[in-house]
Amino acid sequence: MSEPAAPDDAVSVVIVDDHALFRRGVRAELESLARRTVSVVGEAGSVDEAVAVIGHRRPDVVLLDVHMPDGGGAAVLARTRPEHPEVVFLALSVSDAAEDVISVIRAGARGYVTKTISGRELADAVVRVHAGDAVFSPRLAGFVLDAFADRPGATGVVDPELDQLTRRERDVLRLLARGWSYKEIAAELVISVKTVETHVSSVLRKTQSSNRHELTRWASDRRLV
Amino acid sequence: MTSTLAAAQARNLRERPRSPPRDDPEDLGGLRPARPGARACDDDVVDETASVEEVDTVSEAAAPAAPAPAAQPAPFALSRVRRRRQGSVIAGVTGGVADHLGVDVLRVRLVFVLLVAASGAGFLAYAALWLFCPIEPRGVRRELPPNERRQGLGLATLGVGLAFVLSALGGELSGWVTVPLGVVLAGVALVWREADTGTGVAAGATRRARWLGGKLGLVRALAGALLVTAGIAAFLLGNIDLGQVQFGLLAALATLAGVVVLTVPWWLRLVRELGTERTERIRGQARADIAAHLHDSVLQTLALIQKQAGEDASGREVRRLARSQERELRAWLYGPPGGDTGHPAAATDATLAATLAAAAGEVEDDYGVRVAPVVVGDAPLDPDTAALVAAAREAMVNAAKHAGVDEIDVYAEVETETVEIFVRDRGCGFDPAAVPDDRRGLAGSITDRMARHGGKVQLRSTPGAGTEVGLVLPRARRGTPAAATPDSEEETR
Repeated sequence: MSEPAAPDDAVSVVIVDDHALFRRGVRAELESLARRTVSVVGEAGSVDEAVAVIGHRRPDVVLLDVHMPDGGGAAVLARTRPEHPEVVFLALSVSDAAEDVISVIRAGARGYVTKTISGRELADAVVRVHAGDAVFSPRLAGFVLDAFADRPGATGVVDPELDQLTRRERDVLRLLARGWSYKEIAAELVISVKTVETHVSSVLRKTQSSNRHELTRWASDRRLV
Repeated sequence: MTSTLAAAQARNLRERPRSPPRDDPEDLGGLRPARPGARACDDDVVDETASVEEVDTVSEAAAPAAPAPAAQPAPFALSRVRRRRQGSVIAGVTGGVADHLGVDVLRVRLVFVLLVAASGAGFLAYAALWLFCPIEPRGVRRELPPNERRQGLGLATLGVGLAFVLSALGGELSGWVTVPLGVVLAGVALVWREADTGTGVAAGATRRARWLGGKLGLVRALAGALLVTAGIAAFLLGNIDLGQVQFGLLAALATLAGVVVLTVPWWLRLVRELGTERTERIRGQARADIAAHLHDSVLQTLALIQKQAGEDASGREVRRLARSQERELRAWLYGPPGGDTGHPAAATDATLAATLAAAAGEVEDDYGVRVAPVVVGDAPLDPDTAALVAAAREAMVNAAKHAGVDEIDVYAEVETETVEIFVRDRGCGFDPAAVPDDRRGLAGSITDRMARHGGKVQLRSTPGAGTEVGLVLPRARRGTPAAATPDSEEETR
């Protein structure tokens, strides 16, 4: 994995999106704003190209468009994750629909950001997912809270370990949904940033593997839109 | 050999539920050649180990599945027996079986002839396979020796003849039964075959059209019906005297006419429903296509415009317009933004989520900032929650005017006890203890409004790190509508 013209410790990134203009925009932004921390090593415009490029380049992080012809981001995840479990995926989409967000998270992405995110925030998110964090945008935090809500009429809990959030996890998520940073959350809850990260990762794990009706429904009724 | 049929048939039955009754024969063209020869070996193994229960197994296994739609090609089930379309003598059953087993068609036909001779068991097997095996998709080409069809026809005749001769010899059937039975069978075969050519094209109207499609088809169907009627009549005439037959025929006709007249409304409704369903399906599909297209093109472009717009005044204006358009399109595609997603609320019933989203949209449009509301849960709009949203809107306006930021986070959570809304910016912030008077005034208006509805305001602000306004409203007690506070000017905001 030798990258020319970038520091060795920079996070290597492959951008997967069927809009060439968008790829170019993201690439230009990352290269101008975060040359030292992030280096773009490849681009792909289709699912097949993405599988090939990821297999060839072995990037640290893949910025993955959710909506593409031939199955979209979920297809890329399904085809590359078994062979390259070390590659981290960050989903990037214009969609705000819960089923899109939840389904791509359940397919294995470690974060979800919308395409209107600023370049600096995107670079920051790339570095964070690479470091092992989950990137929860306020919207994603809201969806997850909603999915795990214990409101009347919600289906029964089958596996308490996976199907419920702890009170602390809920607090953290709530603050994330309010737009707080990890540091601010840590200060507010009087815990360390590391603990906040642990809580968020645990929420991510539950979101990915819980069989709660809300989550499976969102993941399965994903419309074609 | 026949146990192989049974095994193949059994597998068909097992696979039926998995294969949706889709019918795009053209699409299947590519799949068709992929039917693996390896399956044949598999079957041979089954052949050796399976019991020799033969034809009875076929019909018994087939019987429970009788209501299943016959002859619908199922995609993705590669190992199904598919009747041959090309070079078939009666219905392409033997050809299909031969393809499936990977043996010569002549051998399969011989087996069937022998089975037919055995008290007509082959008839049953053939009819069952005809009924339960789909015909292969159109467009499959194969090289067939020119004399094969003639050979098959000869064999079929031979088989049928053999069956009658043998049964007549064995004294199982008298001539009076055998001949009409043969005529009836021929008629049934004719009608089935005619109906069969239309299958696998489309459901509904197309199928109906196929059924009656073409003059030749109509003639064939009529001829078949005539044959069946003649066979039955001959049978009856041979056994019962003429007077009884007349009476019986009249009774049957009268009953038939009665049933037809009685069920006319039902038939009409069926036809109409089929038509409506089809138009609705087409319309829904068209809308989904448009939505997908809008999503992939327009929404992406709007996102791009927002990203690329410059930081000067005109750039901000462009961004504001793009954002506003994106919001409208998104609302059309997914329902109100930020709502309790997955089930977009109807536009008619005003809910907290929808109202908050609308307020956020107004602030976006008026001040050129990005407001991203995230709502967990939802509640109906009553005077209290309306006041809460109005207060939240004030807070958003404050942040947009004074904080000097591009983005405001809004989070609303509806719980059983309380409704909370947080409006947060990462702007300049201020010291709540030493605020200028105008700021205090605005905060005051929010605080007063909340207090009137039994709620409270939590203000946090740090100079340089931004401000968060938290609005907490206890939910109205069930059954007791909130005291009618006259502040209509707030609700209209």
